[in-house]
Amino acid sequence: METLTANSASTNESVSSVPTEREQQNKKSRWKGFRKHSNLSENESATGLPPKRPNGIWRTVVQQKYLYLMSLPFVIWLFVFNYLPLWGWTMAFQNYKPAKSFSEQKWVGFDNFVRLFHDDQFYLVLRNTLAMSVLGLIFGFIVPIVFAILLNEVRGMAFKRVTQTVSYLPHFVSWVVVAGIISNLLSMDGIINQLLVWLHLIDEPIQFMAKGTWFWGIVTASDVWKETGWNAIIYLAAITGIDKELYEAARVDGAGRFRQIWNITIPGIRSTIMVLFIMSIGHLLSIGFEKQMLLGNSLVTDYSQVLDLYALNYGIKIAHFSYGTAISMFNSVISIILLFTVNGLFKKFAKESIM
Amino acid sequence: MASSSKAFNATKGERTFDVINYILLGLVLVITLYPFLNVLAISLNDSTDTVRGGIYIWPREFTLENYKTIFGYTSLVQGFKISILRTVIGTLLGLISSSMLAYTLSRPDFRSRRFVSVFLAMTMYFSGGMVPVYILMRDLHLLGTFGIYVLPGLVSAFNVFVIRSFIDGLPYALQESAKLDGANDFVIYYKIILPLCKPVLATIALFLAVGQWNSWFDTYLYNGNKPSLTTLQYELMKILDSTNQGSAMTNANDLANQMANVSPESIKMAITIVVTLPILVVYPFLQKYFVGGMTLGAVKA
Repeated sequence: METLTANSASTNESVSSVPTEREQQNKKSRWKGFRKHSNLSENESATGLPPKRPNGIWRTVVQQKYLYLMSLPFVIWLFVFNYLPLWGWTMAFQNYKPAKSFSEQKWVGFDNFVRLFHDDQFYLVLRNTLAMSVLGLIFGFIVPIVFAILLNEVRGMAFKRVTQTVSYLPHFVSWVVVAGIISNLLSMDGIINQLLVWLHLIDEPIQFMAKGTWFWGIVTASDVWKETGWNAIIYLAAITGIDKELYEAARVDGAGRFRQIWNITIPGIRSTIMVLFIMSIGHLLSIGFEKQMLLGNSLVTDYSQVLDLYALNYGIKIAHFSYGTAISMFNSVISIILLFTVNGLFKKFAKESIM
Repeated sequence: MASSSKAFNATKGERTFDVINYILLGLVLVITLYPFLNVLAISLNDSTDTVRGGIYIWPREFTLENYKTIFGYTSLVQGFKISILRTVIGTLLGLISSSMLAYTLSRPDFRSRRFVSVFLAMTMYFSGGMVPVYILMRDLHLLGTFGIYVLPGLVSAFNVFVIRSFIDGLPYALQESAKLDGANDFVIYYKIILPLCKPVLATIALFLAVGQWNSWFDTYLYNGNKPSLTTLQYELMKILDSTNQGSAMTNANDLANQMANVSPESIKMAITIVVTLPILVVYPFLQKYFVGGMTLGAVKA
């Protein structure tokens, strides 16, 4: 969902650029309509004065008062809930005390960051965040593409439909439920252990959830299980857009299924893949904390603690607000730098970009 | 069929490919479905019998006792109510606000369109982070209120843009003729745009409802100590978590611990089913919409 959310920014861009020509025309005709019906223009024609420029702005606002009434509350809302918290970043440079007002806070410069970069725990947390993001990036990115391609190759419509419907079922289930299911499957007498013992791959059941070294893999696998079907929707849609005649032509030329996939399907969805890939890299550090928090336990904290959880534990649970903010801020800044760097690189070398 | 395979002399390779493909996708099907069926089977099995293990996709000693038991837990029933309430209110308000904003953004003549658009799009890249948001909620006196479930998530840029691109696809002449008939912008939105937007609104409603129903973290962070406002997901989280031996979460209250001591696997699975069921019931009906809506919002042709 995260990649999708962000991706719509590009959609917005592209969508808004397309209708502009139509908009220009609409604008003219609509203006006429407004003139005819608005009281203001009648007054104007009575006095015979041409519309003045400064009045123009105010007049449009009055004419479009309903549009303003319908959007202004949400602009204010956006400002409060999305932009005001950015102001909170100032806390990172203060020794923030909740009881004091802003002017009474003590400014400490980069002290919180210095402390952060001297904290061994921080590097451990950063390692975990990076490890799980990179694993998530690789598998969470490749598996849906492979799944979409394989699903596209299925001839039986009924089977295809059932598989697709079932595949995005887990997406709609909360992480709480998924975490419960996963720990049930991986428990000592869970199906995975039973299967592994039955296949003689292991001699006795493994305590998956208690071994830190397994944690990254478990998180990645759960994520893949939950989101593969959902993420494949976009690729399936892109595959549907490929010209069927290309396949016909390839088949006539004697291309097998693999050749068709390699030479038609994959190039056909290349730009979709690229855009989503850039987005995922931009969100590399913002992998969230839900799965880590719900699947983790005190036995595996050395492997399960990620930046957001670290910020939660320091920033809110023990009320070190300034330090917690510094952690979040580090996270955001790196993410934005990553996003712009990757976007710039792709723009330069692959002529693909999202912004 | 026979002639076509002869024409493309690749019968053997094609067949092998198909077989392997069906096996792989069949495996995906099993891996996705099995956990759900397993949970359902355990929830319908006698709780003392479940301890023996070996329940796969069919209950061994069928009973509905587990479900009866969990509806006796007052905190769960209360959580159920709050979850339904927040889902209904949150979805309705979210639909109204995002469609309203989307409509103004779709109007090419709207003077502040560009500004509002950019102002909205920026929120997808920047966020204040957990601590500043928490402080803001505290300063707004939203901690420990029902409003915190609905207000912070009222407008999401993604939803607005999805609805907007749908409205862009509608013929503009409709709005124009309404205007000639003397309808103002709000009437056009309410009487013309909203009814035409039903497919995309169904998609967004699903997203919003699922998001509301599934969220637990806001309860944990803001309302965890308000038993009257905790949600079903949060209660489930406490129950699943308190049995997890070395859990980092020690502040789960006594009730949850108490319940954990008496709630065996079957009861936990019954709660899981109750939490999951509403989504499973709704989602097949909305499937045709959300696949279209996803594609609309996420892929540029």
